[in-house]
Order: sequence, then C-alpha cells, then structure tokens
Amino acid sequence: MSIHSEKIKVLEKKANEIRIDLMKMLEEAGSGHSGGPLGMADIFTAFYFHILNHRPREPRWEKRDRLILSNGHIVPVRYVTMHHAGYDITKEELMTLRKIGSRLEGHPNIHRIPALETTSGPLGEGLSQACGMAMARRFRNQEHEYTIYCFMSDGEQQEGMTLEAVMFAGKQKFDNFIGLIDRNNIQIDGFTEDIMPLEPLREKYEAFGWHVMEMNAHNIAEIVSTVEEAKAVHQKPVLIIAHTIPGKGVDFMEDDYRWHGVPPGAGPEDEVKRKDQLKEALRELRTLGGKIEHGE
Amino acid sequence: MDYKFQKNYLDEKSIEWKAMRNGAGIGMAELGAEKENMVVLGADTTESSRAHYFAEKFPERFIQVGVAEQNLIGISAGLAYEGMVPYAVTYAPFLIGRAWEPIRTTIAYPNNHVIFVSSHAGLATGPDGPTHQMTEDVTLTRTLPNFTVICPADYEQARLAVKAAYDLKGPVYVRNARENTPVFTTEKTPFEVGKAQVLREGKDITAMGHGYMVYWLLQIAEELKKEVSIEVINLHTIKPLDEITILKSIKKTGRVFFAEDHNIVGGGGSAVCEFLSQNYPVPIKLHGVMDEFTESGSVKDLWKKYKLDKEGVKEILWKFLSNM
Repeated sequence: MSIHSEKIKVLEKKANEIRIDLMKMLEEAGSGHSGGPLGMADIFTAFYFHILNHRPREPRWEKRDRLILSNGHIVPVRYVTMHHAGYDITKEELMTLRKIGSRLEGHPNIHRIPALETTSGPLGEGLSQACGMAMARRFRNQEHEYTIYCFMSDGEQQEGMTLEAVMFAGKQKFDNFIGLIDRNNIQIDGFTEDIMPLEPLREKYEAFGWHVMEMNAHNIAEIVSTVEEAKAVHQKPVLIIAHTIPGKGVDFMEDDYRWHGVPPGAGPEDEVKRKDQLKEALRELRTLGGKIEHGE
Repeated sequence: MDYKFQKNYLDEKSIEWKAMRNGAGIGMAELGAEKENMVVLGADTTESSRAHYFAEKFPERFIQVGVAEQNLIGISAGLAYEGMVPYAVTYAPFLIGRAWEPIRTTIAYPNNHVIFVSSHAGLATGPDGPTHQMTEDVTLTRTLPNFTVICPADYEQARLAVKAAYDLKGPVYVRNARENTPVFTTEKTPFEVGKAQVLREGKDITAMGHGYMVYWLLQIAEELKKEVSIEVINLHTIKPLDEITILKSIKKTGRVFFAEDHNIVGGGGSAVCEFLSQNYPVPIKLHGVMDEFTESGSVKDLWKKYKLDKEGVKEILWKFLSNM
C-alpha cells in the first residue's frame, strides 16, 4: 500500500479541490460545520483514493472496508470526497446539502445513501456499532477479509458510550479494527482540555488493551504509512490519534473553535467580514495560503 | 375464534404459574437452533433475564457486554447493519430506558432489525423497588417510528412472541414480567403479531389490556357475567395497533376499560385513546400505574396496594360501570 511521491502530489491537489467544494457547499447550505471537515480533508482523501479497498460503483460490495463515521457532523467532507472518488453523488447534488429533499442530509442518513454504512450524528455511538460489525465479521470468519475503520472526534471521547466500546474492543482483541480520532483539540464550547480534559489519551486507550499510534494528519505519506502499520498489528484494536488542525487550509478558520459549527458566511467577523468569508476562503485555498500568486 | 386455552383456565389454582421471562428465554434458545444468524446479547443479567438458556446452548453466538447498556445497543445496531439478527436482553429499565437515544439513532431511525427482549417490566418485578419496576417502556418504544411493541399475556405467548419477532422487520420490543403469572394459553394458542385477540365475546363493555392483566380480565368477565357482558381483548401488540379489531368491538359495546401493569401515561391504554378519540370517541377508563413511582414489596402486596390484582382491577372496572 506504500505510495509514490507523484501520487502524493496528486492527492494533495485532490484534498485542496475537496476543501474548495466543501467551502462552496457549506456556504450554499447556510449552516453546518467548517472546522472538522477541513481538518479531516487530507485523511478522507488518503482513505478514498489510496487506503480503502472499495468499489465506488458497487458501494455495498460485501468485502469492502467499512468506514464508520461516528462524528456524523463532519459528513460534508465525506460527501465531497465520495463525489470525487466516483460514487453516485454529482457536483450539482453537493450544492443541495441540508436542503429539503436532498440525499445529503445535515447528518448521515443511510436510508438516503447506503454507502455511508451507518446513520450517525449524536456523538459517542460509532465505536459501539463498529464493534457490532466486527462481531458479525468474526461470526462469518471474515476477520482477515476486510478492515473496519471508525472515525471519531476528540470531543466524543467524553461520552461514556465511547468508553464502553473501548473496553469491549479491548476484550475482543479484534484484528483489522482501527479507530481514528480527529485530535483537533476543539469542541463546540472551547478547547477540549478546558471543557473536559482528554489527556493522557494515548495511555487511556493503551490501558484498555489497544495499540496506539499518532500521526500528522496533514501529511499524506504519513497517513498512508501509519495506516499500513496499523493494519499489521495482530489481535489488538488500533487507535490512530490523528493530529489535525481544525479549519486546515483556511487561515482565519484554523485552530479557532468558533468555526467548529458554522459555515463561511456565518462565522466570527473579527478577521473577515461574513460577506467575504467564502471568497477569502476560496482565494486562500486556490493560492495554497498565498504560496502561489493566482488561483485557478 | 377458538383460542385453545389450558383446561379449566379460569381456575387459577388448576393452571401453572410461570414467568414470561422464562418463556422468552426458552423461545430464544429454541429459535437459535433454527436460525444461524441469530445472536443474543446480555449485559451482566444473563441468568435473571433468562438469556442463559441460549448462552448455554450456543455460547459462540452469545455476546456478553458487561454492565454497559449503551454499548449493548450500539453493538446490536452494528450486528444488524451486517445482516445478523441480534436479540438484546436485559431488564426493561436498562434495556429501554438507559440508552433510549442510542436506540432512537442507531436502531429505530435506520430501521435496524434488532429485537429487544426484557425482563422486569412492571410492578410484577417486586421487592427490587421502582428503579427496577419498569412502567414507562411501552411509552418509550411505541413513540419511536418503525418500532413493533409486543406485550405477551403469559409464558407461552412470550415464547411465541420472541420467535415471531425474528420474521418481522425493524426494531421489535418484547415486554416480559419477572414474576410468575398464570399460563392460560398453550403452545397451540394462535398468535399473530399485530392481531388483537378477542378472547371472550360480550356486548356491554370492551375490557382490554396486555400482559397478565388479560388473565384477570377473563376471570372478571366470568365472575360478573350475570351483571354485565364483557368482551375481553388481549392487546398483545401495542404497535402496530389492530384498529380494525378494536373498532369492531367498540362499535358493539360503546365503551372501553383498559388495564395494564404500566404507567397509564403513554402506555397501551393511551395508544387506544389516541386512536378512538380521533375515530370513534367513546367513554374510556384507563387503569394501571397511576403516574407515580411505587415502592418495594412482594408482588402480591404491590398488586393489592396498587389495585393491579384481580380484585383491584375488578373494583375499578365495577366503579366505572356503576358511574356510567
């Protein structure tokens, strides 16, 4: 699964395109989350374009890797990535996010898009469901046929239900079972360590029998190699603490918890006025933060 | 319809008293032999909620989650997403109450086929007290779209209900009491989910209920037969409601008495009220736990104090008739 430097460049460009579409669709929707989706764009890109064993045109293929999104509120980045990866979601449909009748609901609805694996949104529930899927896989002797991934936020590590599942997965010593925490340090009310400290996160999971790894979640090569290593771990669930920058790619959104739950056009105005937020975000993304002079 | 009851079923001393939870437990163990994708999950109450009959027979398909009801729900959802048929089994307050929002999000909304089998529903839990006497579970389940809610009348019906639940779609709740109650049906008594059973025909009043209340109603109908002609309906399925059978009976009798070992707020009686008030309003009396937290005590003492034994139910029913 290793990755060539040329492909890395392609994926970096892809992640940027995904961020651009994200900003447009969120602004059009008029509500939704900016911070988390931008921060997870590199990971989603690496997964859908390199890591996952999947068939975009056959989304319920039996042996696909399962990707459970526990923190459903970042689903816009999944919708956009799936569109780019060839799933049955058109560019026009992206602009229907959160609107009446749209398949792209504010939080994932499996009735409308079965490729999402689960309906989710309320925090803390994904890892339990991933455990149930892993038990089903074990009953069918398919533990080595596909990998189950569960993406979580750091905030939802405060949920008791998450802890119940952490304990269970440790007991079951699952193979090919990888949890990934978007460690962006923010939640709606502020920084996680002020609201309800999560550290030492690594040691907590280790104490429950998990193998824990950490990575810079904005480096495609590191994402790929970390997951590769995680898949080689035997008879232990693996946690990847993905160090992300919320709002990554848009300077005035980065590391600012006030951008957690709002789209461009509705965010704090101390740096950029609301009417200019989309324009400014797109300019930054197109010029890669001012590194190149003109966007496309 | 001939329901093929036990012999001399109206004489409570000549029939057996057995617990619904046992019937449900045995039913699951029997079904496990036929259905390879059936899984049972327990939450540290395996023996007392009678999941152990299955667990002993099929240990490889039994999942112990420990004292962790939210996880019980999430794991069940995950199994159902992958095409297994999970039976989540524990006490009613924890099974339905503790993790209601995970039930709503991970099972009811995506319409996952998970079967919830409880023990400890209602006052028939006894000395453990109100924390363990679940009297709001029908309310909590029937208010969720996609749910089927079944309240068996006795041991045999509980056994049939957990088996019938397998062939349904979406979430199913099978509500069972802990205490022994009269077993008046047999394994041959017909049972169809969603089809209310007119167990005794009458013309003056329709007495409905679910759980072991149905047995008291049958006895009361017999005891009062010289004074009043009571039609007795076993409303074992609260959702979907058998509107046709209810309406047919009410058009004949013109009034309803409803008894349940459950809070009168939101329970089976409420379900009947919701339907009749909008379609065929008639005088209705609801009897059950009167929107209060009760107390510890032997089941017999609780029944007596809260008027949920045969004599208590009869007294309330008679008062309702006398005031008409």
